[in-house]
Amino acid sequence: CYVPSPGDAKIQKVTLIPGDGIGPEVSAAVREVFEALKAPVQFEQFDNISGSDPYGNPNTEVPRDILESIRRNKVCLKGTLFTPLSAHNTSTQSLNVQLRKELDLHVNLVHGFNIEGVPSRFSDVDVVVIRENTEGEYSGLEHEVVEDVVESIKVITQEKSRRTVEYAFGFAFLNNRRKVTAIHKANIMKLSDGLFLKEFREVAKQYPMIKAEEMIVDNTCMQLAGKPNQFDVMVTPNLYGNLVANVVAGLTGGPGILPGVNVGDQCAVFEQGARHVAKDIAGQGIANPTAALLAAAMMLRHLNLPDFSDRLERAVMEVLREAPASVKTPDIGGSGTTASFVKAVKAEL
Amino acid sequence: SAFRLFSSQAPITATLFPGDGIGPEIAEAVKKIFKAAGAPIDWDEQYISKTADPRTNSFITRENLDSVLKNRIGLKGPMATPIGKGHRSLNLTLRKELQLYANVRPCFSLPGYKTRYDDVNLVTIRENTEGEYSGLEHEVVPGVVESLKVITRKASTRVAEFAFKYAADNGRKTVTSIHKANIMKMADGLFIKCCREVKEKYPDIEYKEMIVDNACMQLVKDPTQFDVLVMPNLYGDIISDLCAGLIGGLGLTPSGNIGADGLALMEAVHGTAPDIAGKDLANPTALLMSGVMMLRHLELNEHAERIQAAALATIAEGQYLTGDLGGKAKCSEFTKAIIDHL
Ligand SMILES: Nc1ncnc2c1ncn2[C@@H]1O[C@H](COP(=O)(O)OP(=O)(O)OP(=O)(O)O)[C@@H](O)[C@H]1O
Ligand SMILES: Nc1ncnc2c1ncn2[C@@H]1O[C@H](COP(=O)(O)OP(=O)(O)OP(=O)(O)O)[C@@H](O)[C@H]1O
Ligand SMILES: [Mg+2]
Ligand SMILES: [Mg+2]
Repeated sequence: CYVPSPGDAKIQKVTLIPGDGIGPEVSAAVREVFEALKAPVQFEQFDNISGSDPYGNPNTEVPRDILESIRRNKVCLKGTLFTPLSAHNTSTQSLNVQLRKELDLHVNLVHGFNIEGVPSRFSDVDVVVIRENTEGEYSGLEHEVVEDVVESIKVITQEKSRRTVEYAFGFAFLNNRRKVTAIHKANIMKLSDGLFLKEFREVAKQYPMIKAEEMIVDNTCMQLAGKPNQFDVMVTPNLYGNLVANVVAGLTGGPGILPGVNVGDQCAVFEQGARHVAKDIAGQGIANPTAALLAAAMMLRHLNLPDFSDRLERAVMEVLREAPASVKTPDIGGSGTTASFVKAVKAEL
Repeated sequence: SAFRLFSSQAPITATLFPGDGIGPEIAEAVKKIFKAAGAPIDWDEQYISKTADPRTNSFITRENLDSVLKNRIGLKGPMATPIGKGHRSLNLTLRKELQLYANVRPCFSLPGYKTRYDDVNLVTIRENTEGEYSGLEHEVVPGVVESLKVITRKASTRVAEFAFKYAADNGRKTVTSIHKANIMKMADGLFIKCCREVKEKYPDIEYKEMIVDNACMQLVKDPTQFDVLVMPNLYGDIISDLCAGLIGGLGLTPSGNIGADGLALMEAVHGTAPDIAGKDLANPTALLMSGVMMLRHLELNEHAERIQAAALATIAEGQYLTGDLGGKAKCSEFTKAIIDHL
């Protein structure tokens, strides 16, 4: 059993952004479990941020105090902010993207794996999707050239491609992973995706012990639907990573399960791996807190609190494996609620 | 027993590109099955050139193109991309010259061929001329590359109109447009705006919208919730292959390209499979089903049904399956079994 060391007891501050949709519910779940866990973490919570105003218009700026808090604490747990589709405001910066850019969170990592007790068509998936997180199709550069003709600019830079690929190989090396697959569409986007691939090939040379593979994105999705266990670590430009990670989410139990993190040189922001606000089930008390709890476990490891992390992760896995359907949430075939799941996790700690 | 439906009907001439690799074998299979089924089709067989035609700057010759332009209907096997520089790719030539603006892929589970997904029945419709495939790219400064995605009202409306018409003609209930307008507000915003406008003309068809990443997740979780999907080029490329993956891969999925004024060129989207070419081992299902799409496009629905039913029955029965489906039969044996089921 855990004997706190003096260093561990030092309380660390973490920024908490509940966000929109189910964000507040799953964030509350994390707080409740953290209290039971007696984790030496103090949350600095910001409820005053939403992607849209009460009239459904997009909010255009992330409040300064929030950015400052994350910069100061260097660690944040976040729910997704809703991005309304407004006919009037076409400024192409969702608050989520803005926050990532402001903090230079250049890499996003999503870990998809089958968990016993979570229904899935497959049983042997264990994939880490690492994507560039700030540029590409998310550049926010769009304009109407002439009436009814719109251009949207995808930007790929050597610097960001390099950092993403280096992160992927570094991650694979440190975590004993055997293979990194670059996902691209360089047969069509020869210059942009070509640049990404060039960086991939160069960095791959520094890791002869890790197998480097390349695959076109449409074929990748087809392969994932049939034989997902052929993949290990994947590294991709922004949009393909978004799609591939969601395919992986669908294969392993859905967005309520997968944890994820956005990493920069200074800060790390943890969140659901498949970043959805889930307006359809918000406020009903049935959101699955697993993804947020597993992201919080990743965060505890990042904060150098491995014992707390292991304890939390083990409890969540145990409940998913052992608990009856009446305890688990509807998205994974249960008939329970967020509250019943949280209660079970606390009991299992 | 070549029982002929509509024997009085004048045959329709259709262009046929047998293609390369396994192409000629599977084209032969399709011709045999069509003949046995009494489908009123005369094939105008076309072969692409071994050298580039200066009039088209491609291995696809002017005569090849004229055949499709004249017949307005065609079927295409897989083609190997010839090596050599300075000429247009085969698919690009066909797409540009024939103005093939939409790619259609019906995707349904084959009874008897087991995958993890057993009741898929959806259709993907992909805008095929613009978007991320504009070919406009440049290096702004060293190490910084820009790639342009172009979305126009004209192309978006055209593909949306095709999607709704396809849904109405084929007894489908819902059209879902797939987009990423939360990020690309102007570009994808214009695409969904056009879909919404076209929807007004189809009060009986339900219309939905879904963000592309969510669509990817939902498709692998529960593909049965989808009916007709319409989307810009890149999403269409990715999602149509993802859907093919659900039902067992490109060896089974038919595909059609729709051009200006109802011209249509159906094709098998799998490759030339040089490893098994000439060995009578290939599976002709994708090309045959593309032929079935062709018959439907010509409103020869009874012939289409009959051929499709025979192919599905043969696969369901499982006695004469080709190697890719886990069987031991030759292409010719599989073909004969389908003919026996007609
Ligand atoms: N923690 C969770 N537990 C259960 N279901 C979830 C969870 N998170 C997301 N989902 C589900 O994932 C699906 C996709 O989420 P969402 O509705 O946010 O889609 P989206 O495409 O991101 O749309 P938008 O961002 O515009 O709302 C929904 O069905 C939602 O209920
Ligand atoms: N119609 C088919 N019937 C049986 N097997 C097929 C068929 N199509 C593809 N295959 C198998 O799938 C594999 C991949 O073939 P495909 O031709 O798509 O790619 P390729 O070998 O790279 O050829 P290409 O030069 O056309 O790209 C081949 O090994 C082949 O055996
Ligand atoms: Mg979302
Ligand atoms: Mg493709």
